[in-house]
Amino acid sequence: MTATFADMATGCQVVVCCGPGGVGKTTVSAALAVHGASAGQRSVVVTVDPARRLGDALGLDTLPDTPHRIEGDWPGELWALMLDPKSTFDSLVRKYAPRPEQAEAILANRFYRNIAGALSGTQEYMAMEKLYELHASGDYDLIVVDTPPTRNALDFVDAPRRLTRFLDNRIFRLLMLPTRVGLKAVNAAAQTFLRTVSKTVGGQVVSDAVAFFQAFEGMEDGFRDRAQRVLDLMSDEGTAFVLVASPRRDAVTEAEFFAEKLSEAGIPVQGLVVNRMQPRFGTGWAPEADRERAKTLAATPLGPLWANLADLHALADAEDREIAGLVAGIAPGPVVRVPLLDSDVHDLAGLATVGGHLFPAHAAAAEPATSSPGGPP
Amino acid sequence: MDPREFCAQTRLAIVAGKGGVGKTTVSAALARMAADAGLSVLVVEIEGKHGLASAFGAPSLTYEEQELGPGIRGRTLTPDQALVEYLEDHGLRRMSKRLTRTGAVDVVATAAPGIKDILLLGKVKQLEQRKDVDLVVLDAPAAGHAVTFLLSPRSLLDTVSVGPIRDQAEDVLGMLTDPTRCRVLLVTLPEETPVNEVVETAFMLEDKVGIDLGPVVVNSVYPRVEGLDVDPQDAADAADIGLRPGEADALRRAAEFRMARQELQVEQLARLADALPLPRLLVPALFTAEINVGEIEVLAAALAQSVEALAPAEVP
Repeated sequence: MTATFADMATGCQVVVCCGPGGVGKTTVSAALAVHGASAGQRSVVVTVDPARRLGDALGLDTLPDTPHRIEGDWPGELWALMLDPKSTFDSLVRKYAPRPEQAEAILANRFYRNIAGALSGTQEYMAMEKLYELHASGDYDLIVVDTPPTRNALDFVDAPRRLTRFLDNRIFRLLMLPTRVGLKAVNAAAQTFLRTVSKTVGGQVVSDAVAFFQAFEGMEDGFRDRAQRVLDLMSDEGTAFVLVASPRRDAVTEAEFFAEKLSEAGIPVQGLVVNRMQPRFGTGWAPEADRERAKTLAATPLGPLWANLADLHALADAEDREIAGLVAGIAPGPVVRVPLLDSDVHDLAGLATVGGHLFPAHAAAAEPATSSPGGPP
Repeated sequence: MDPREFCAQTRLAIVAGKGGVGKTTVSAALARMAADAGLSVLVVEIEGKHGLASAFGAPSLTYEEQELGPGIRGRTLTPDQALVEYLEDHGLRRMSKRLTRTGAVDVVATAAPGIKDILLLGKVKQLEQRKDVDLVVLDAPAAGHAVTFLLSPRSLLDTVSVGPIRDQAEDVLGMLTDPTRCRVLLVTLPEETPVNEVVETAFMLEDKVGIDLGPVVVNSVYPRVEGLDVDPQDAADAADIGLRPGEADALRRAAEFRMARQELQVEQLARLADALPLPRLLVPALFTAEINVGEIEVLAAALAQSVEALAPAEVP
């Protein structure tokens, strides 16, 4: 367990950023990787669906699934990679197919081509698989993964197992052994099942699926071993899970659910970043007192000023209450509150601003000569 | 335009947008506005999120429909339950148990992508045709799923050549492309990235699905406060009001923050207006982190006001 995000960026080999959609996971991931590079590390950020301008700034408009080096004024290296679940899956198939023809048969199968897009959890699994591959290459000191926005919190942890279970699917295994004695009864049931499915969605769909499972025969073990190694890496000491959230009720609820599920899976969340916090102006007053002043001074030019301060103050208090439980659950891991920024982050200067909040001690070195975040200077 | 007339333009309002823009809040406010206008509303959520229930003061929504307030009922839909129901409706009750138990559902869903979405939309269509409901409000799946979700009937028609599922996809597409039955309300925030994303989604939905788009709902717009451009110390001195140490500074910085945010929002609203030829409905920012019954009432009233400001001709 590290005490600060700076320790995490230099002490961990892998950082996985997870949390609900629309809270700034990509930004936090990229800022962590930039910090790693600034601290002399060879760091790489793996992202899934960056907002276009940030993606462009990271050079992700070029080749998907291939690390791309970003030049900058740092002693280490910064690389970025846009995940393409389909090509990650293709290379896994090529790797585990005993013969090239078998790999090609699978890659050409229509059912297989649907898996990456349609089977829930595949994107998450491929993100973790890519992480494993980068880690195993030994080319990087720090790998930061920006996870896909997911409906099920456990998809990252569960997806490898789920996919192997899917590939092991009993009905289809039976189909591949049509003549084995003793399994006839079950096999008849499987045939009934297939007939029903054919009637509902058409025969082509079923024959594609059967062909896929037949072609995949014999590769399950390789996939299962690999999935186990991916899981081991996720619970490794050098791997930290960071939760990213915003202080809105729905985002906090989702983030809490995430933290709970991860800890049930034996993976404690080691840090929390809350983005888009309302900044505070002055301390020590209650919003009610501000509101009272706004009322008594309503007739003067100070009235609207106090009313505004009361509004913003009330929001800041509400946000603090909202995230209190989440914050308590992360202790003693680092918690950083990033204020609402003046503009969206879409370049390295913006990442440096976020970095200034994540790594306060390094702020002086990292902060570019732009206005301070959270309000005009 | 009259809110009742606005809500009665279509039978199914699909509320869609990227994660974090407040889709659920807008769904709840829209449902409340329609109910306040005298319509019977059914609000539907895909998969179990918690936001919608708490906006109506209920602990959670379930697959069973429940009363959420005067004129409003709510329920969830999940693909697995929709599949089981579909199979039961087609006389395959025993098969449905088997399918879910063996994990064969995943196999079928992979073989024919979009099949889960079709089953969900098929169920939504069933709800849309109910005589006792005037308006169905659908809180669409989060993140980038909305486009895939609504594209599913077209994708499925490409892969599946025969069978009842194909018929279902055709029926669903019929609903999605009929503006008197269905339209999409896109939700966004007055910020750069959300505006870019909503513009992109709007064009994709129109071009690829052919679905009718209602006004864009812009959530969390700062209510305009005038008179912030005043130096607090000067104003206090002029009115002979005492300020404690630090107060003038806090007031000034808070005012500058608010003015800067307001200005950013005005810019982004203008960009949105330039990029999309759709009217806009504004939902105000509330200075609270949680959305409960009281907040929804405030937002529904504000939404109704925004609808009233729409010229009838402006609505497609």
